[in-house]
Amino acid sequence: MNKTICTKHLILALQRSMMQLLLQVIFSIIIIAAIGLFAKRIRDLRKNILSGRDADYSDQPSLRWKNVLLLAFGQKKMFRNPLVAVLHFFVYAGFIIINIEVLEIILDGILGTHRLFAPVLGGFYDFLINAFEILAVLVILSCAIFLIRRNILKIRRFTSKDLNGWPRSDANYILITEIVLMLLFLTMNATDLALQEKGYGHYALNPTSRFFISGSLAPLYASLNEASLAAIERSCWWLHILGILAFMNYLPYSKHLHILFAFPNAYYARLQPKGEMNNMPAVQQEVLYAMHPESAPAEATPPGRFGAKDVFDLSWRNLLDAYSCTECGRCSAACPATTTGKALSPRKIMMATRDRAEDVGKNIRKNGSFVNDDKTLLYDYITVEELRACTTCNACVEECPVSISPLEIILELRRSLVMEESNVPQEWNVMFNNIENNFAPWQFSPDDRDRWKEFTNG
Amino acid sequence: MDIPIMSDLAARQESPEILFWVGCAGSFDQRAQKITRAFASILNKVQIKYAILGKEEACTGDPARRAGNEFLFQMMAYQNIQTLNNYGVKKIVTACPHCFNIIKNEYPALGGSYEVIHHTVFLQQLIDEGKVKMKENGSFKGKRITYHDSCYLGRANNIYEAPRKVLEALDIELVEMKHCRSKGMCCGAGGAQMWKEEEKGSVRINIKRTREAIDTGAGIIAAACPYCNTMLTDGLKNQEKENMQVLDIAELIEASME
Repeated sequence: MNKTICTKHLILALQRSMMQLLLQVIFSIIIIAAIGLFAKRIRDLRKNILSGRDADYSDQPSLRWKNVLLLAFGQKKMFRNPLVAVLHFFVYAGFIIINIEVLEIILDGILGTHRLFAPVLGGFYDFLINAFEILAVLVILSCAIFLIRRNILKIRRFTSKDLNGWPRSDANYILITEIVLMLLFLTMNATDLALQEKGYGHYALNPTSRFFISGSLAPLYASLNEASLAAIERSCWWLHILGILAFMNYLPYSKHLHILFAFPNAYYARLQPKGEMNNMPAVQQEVLYAMHPESAPAEATPPGRFGAKDVFDLSWRNLLDAYSCTECGRCSAACPATTTGKALSPRKIMMATRDRAEDVGKNIRKNGSFVNDDKTLLYDYITVEELRACTTCNACVEECPVSISPLEIILELRRSLVMEESNVPQEWNVMFNNIENNFAPWQFSPDDRDRWKEFTNG
Repeated sequence: MDIPIMSDLAARQESPEILFWVGCAGSFDQRAQKITRAFASILNKVQIKYAILGKEEACTGDPARRAGNEFLFQMMAYQNIQTLNNYGVKKIVTACPHCFNIIKNEYPALGGSYEVIHHTVFLQQLIDEGKVKMKENGSFKGKRITYHDSCYLGRANNIYEAPRKVLEALDIELVEMKHCRSKGMCCGAGGAQMWKEEEKGSVRINIKRTREAIDTGAGIIAAACPYCNTMLTDGLKNQEKENMQVLDIAELIEASME
């Protein structure tokens, strides 16, 4: 009789550890798959970005690192609106710091342990989890406020037609997911505490202190039986980590990619004064040859394309800019063209550039190399009317928290319009002719340039 | 007015301390000519050894470059740099933020490196050095004035304080518009917009900006750019604000200095 019970117990224990092992294997496979998928997408993104023109941005490394610290880590530009900046900082800090907890979760999953770090870190572990929980609450609050700002308060940059369709849903999905992930994390800790208090299984063997937040939630679960509590705790644990892995793989298809790309984008940010337009050495050389024909080589190779008609003609940084854009719309809210009802919206310029880079990337992956699709960034993604509305005032560049320059793209596309296609408004042609013939944008004689001194004010 | 010309000085084997780059608006636009004369009159009064290029000056190429015509820009830049380098020019002052920006930031890559100063910064230096002194009871004393940031001075080159300091020297009541300094709103003329009809929209940029200036209750909009001046003057006309006017900082100083 005793023997049978013993065997039964043994079989049960064996089954349980088999089950545990199976879960560990499944978990490990999911982790590897999630990281693999993510890595593949990042590789593809890298290729998409490098389909842009080559350019060297490795000068002044110390200034570049300073930008990473101030603009990316410190979110300096965000503090132009301090209240939003603080809320955003909670979400950002929460997201980065809570990832330390994810490390434990992953190790627990692979090794089949429970709260692996607790005995090792001791009191510091309690401090960490308490800090994570407080951050989690701040993340939930901030995301809730952000959802209200987007959907109820109808702040103009969020109701803009730029965001119609997928981009608007994308933003809401991200905020909702973050709230759900944080709720799962808190529920997991609360049920864990409830189980510890009931002295149940391995929960009781790995006691933690009573965390501030989950500790006050735990009594809500006190009436549930141990099996239900364990089921909730495990479900939260699995949903939390699966949610994070899914979110990680959603990230590079979403505007939320800025949480990663803000860092390289700050490093490669433009360092010249905002007023300085990029020089075109090829044109400079052409003009020199025109002025000094004797210096021109006998067999001069004609310069390549002038300006940018498609993403290949933009620099890779312009494309990194496009992928770093989180569509916040601070640029367009400051743009004098957007705010006076013109077709131009700098945010839309960045979204259109990214959409084109995506389409080109898909085309290349499908065909091995780019196959003409009868489309170009100029015309099919960005219209002439949009480009013509820009006053080059740099308000968009000034506002962007992640150092994007929509202006660089606009000006490169304008160069292509004028120099490649002679697509110029009549009035600008008149201005060009005047400059060429009268050395002034108006039709005045150069001989009259100093006539102003022959008169007096008054 | 008695204005020294570079070629005359060169003929006498002289070289000025500073070149006054007048710019196309300052040379040809009737309203901007007044700013040019006001600034030249300040230069005369403080007895700085300066000169203008006169007929040898040419468009910097700014509107051509911003519109997308790099060839024309490069041609103009080449010509101007030749002229400036031939005269051995070291230091340039200009009352146009567009000329200022392009000569300061874009000519060096093409072989033209000079110390370039915008006239608001230059005026601030003159005031700080005590070379320009204000009258005891200047005509603008106590007047409410708002300053409009030029994009090519402000965001493009981070010059926000000098024009304001100059205005403060006038003992005026300086009031800010809703959008100022790095958040300042464009007048609508930059990027070669000055030379074409505005794209279609709900309101003109200069009207929107002028309304912000009107909302401050100021009687005078101080500008530091001839194009901003034109756009805001048009804006005031459109809003039928005959009791308000746009004045360049040089004009305000010239009228108030001893």
